[in-house]
Amino acid sequence: MERVRLAAADFKTSTQDPKNADLLRVFNDTLWNDLDNAGIFDMVSKSFYPTELPANPPDVRFDAWNAPPPNASMLAFGNLGATGNSMTVQGWLYDVKNAASPQVLGKQYSDVPTSDAARAIAHKFANEIIFRLGGGIPGIAESKIFFVSSRSGHKEIWGMDYDGANQHQITHQGSISLSPRISPDGSRLAFSSLTKSGWDILLFSMDLNRLISFPRFGGTNLSPAWSPDGTKLAFSSSRSGDPEICVADQSGANLKRLTSFKMPDVSPVWNPKTGAQIAWVSGRTELPQIYTMESDGTNVQRMTDQGYAVSPAWSPNGQFLVFSWIRHYGPGAPGAEDLYIMDIASKQWVQLTHDGGRNDFPSWSPDGRHIVFQSSRSGTEQLWTMLADGTNQKQLTFVGSNSQPNWSWK
Amino acid sequence: MPAQIPRVPIWPAKMHGGKVKQQRMKWITLMFALGAILFLGACHKKAAPPPPPPPPPPPAPTASLTANPNTIEKGQSTTLSWETSNATDVSIDGVGAVQPTGSQQVSPADSTTYTLTAKGAGGTQTATARVTVTAPPPPPPPPPSPTDEELFAQNVHDIFFDYDKSDIRADQQSTLQGNIDFLKQHPNIHFTVEGHCDERGSTEYNLGLGDNRANSVKSALVQGGVSAENIKTISYGKEKPFCTESNETCWQQNRRGHFVYQK
Repeated sequence: MERVRLAAADFKTSTQDPKNADLLRVFNDTLWNDLDNAGIFDMVSKSFYPTELPANPPDVRFDAWNAPPPNASMLAFGNLGATGNSMTVQGWLYDVKNAASPQVLGKQYSDVPTSDAARAIAHKFANEIIFRLGGGIPGIAESKIFFVSSRSGHKEIWGMDYDGANQHQITHQGSISLSPRISPDGSRLAFSSLTKSGWDILLFSMDLNRLISFPRFGGTNLSPAWSPDGTKLAFSSSRSGDPEICVADQSGANLKRLTSFKMPDVSPVWNPKTGAQIAWVSGRTELPQIYTMESDGTNVQRMTDQGYAVSPAWSPNGQFLVFSWIRHYGPGAPGAEDLYIMDIASKQWVQLTHDGGRNDFPSWSPDGRHIVFQSSRSGTEQLWTMLADGTNQKQLTFVGSNSQPNWSWK
Repeated sequence: MPAQIPRVPIWPAKMHGGKVKQQRMKWITLMFALGAILFLGACHKKAAPPPPPPPPPPPAPTASLTANPNTIEKGQSTTLSWETSNATDVSIDGVGAVQPTGSQQVSPADSTTYTLTAKGAGGTQTATARVTVTAPPPPPPPPPSPTDEELFAQNVHDIFFDYDKSDIRADQQSTLQGNIDFLKQHPNIHFTVEGHCDERGSTEYNLGLGDNRANSVKSALVQGGVSAENIKTISYGKEKPFCTESNETCWQQNRRGHFVYQK
């Protein structure tokens, strides 16, 4: 697919407020990163831009943008101004090859003059551009990533914006909390935590900012996963004596066991397109492998044929699995642990990471174009993102130890 | 021959308590004898009349106090016994008013000198008795018997596993049997079996594997006769390693069923 050649001019000030400089810097950095991260644009380097940047439509000199050196197809530009307790942003997207009818987007946003608000407006404007130029698929600039961090001294669940900004602690269990999974509507966070009675699935309400009730089943309960309609949770439970995949209603009622082999069955994930299949990890043939089945437990298919394969993540379009695989594994043969993408229908796979370290726990962005994962390649466990083809790998976290990322559904 | 008046003491110089009656009898006998002599001698000459007897002085009180035994250990008791005479008001310090003659058990906390005071018309008499209180001998030191927790630590040993396995391998069977023997002899001991894994592989899969390992140990113990009621299991996966180096020696240390005494 040919990428749209997009120029994003730094926005200019529209008032004389002293807060403008800081707000503009946050806005321009965020907008550029969002468009660059989207993975669908050929971003025109700012060094190619004309010296006079437009702040309003009459300022646009089409021939300075649509010919080399910028040779842009599209131009994003606008202005930002704080006045007292408010801030107004005006943004446009112009098709600079079509001087007769150039306007693709014209937007105005108002909010309080804070850097958080400037960042939020930049995300919204970026999403508009991505939606318009990216085939009608909503952008991810307003999406969130949930993860496990030990930087408080305990493994707790944290959240952040998709680009690594605004990292904040969500749970305060004071024990070990793992495997965060946000519900499709973003209202509830399911995770597994070591409590006085053992490993339990806990539910945290993002609206109430506290835990809400969920049954304690006994045994070791791990790795919850929301069905795409948000009505069911699949997870691993050893209440029967062996870790098996179970499905329950979102209330915890109607618990059903789907698997029944000795050795662990963990890490279920639903087909987000259909809600009718579950992929998971089973040790039934010794080293763990990736399997799929119908959500009633029938039609079990083994997907990987060797090594040590864990942590499946199902693509939003239902077509691919990404997982962590040590293809040649065993005592004395500590192979690399890398991420692979597999086409489910053909079981053809492609290796996505090649940069060393242990790479694990991939999670898809809502647009299906990105994958967040954990990697030890920098020396400690940190979160990274990449495009789904393995390119454009970027580190998101740098402080403490961070693992098990989970990207929100929208 | 003139009659001889025998020189007998008309009034006893001092009367002793408890002998009043006997003295009175002697006195009557004497008077009778004197009368007989006077009668027999009346024909010779008339004898001069005797002077009127002086009023008897009030007798002084007497008192005695003893403690038996006079040495006790702290917490034991002793008996105070006392006798008084000619006393109308008898008391013992620390005891209070008492009968003229009597006994009473006391158990002083410390060495004490008891003082009995007997007051009567004839004066006041005191008597003392000291009771010495000795500290009891220290209790014999308890025989050095190890606690259940110490015995558990000495006799119960962790079970180690092969990579990615949860079945108990042959070289761990004797350790397992030793644990079973000890735990059956100590059916009151409650404990937890923790399942641990090495650092390799996924967090979630290893928590499942640790659960399998803990339950594998528990099943073997129950099969050997240890009460299932006494056994809790928990998986720590690779969350709490015993050793943090990345080599097989260290990994083997981390693949284990770890026994923890429950207080």
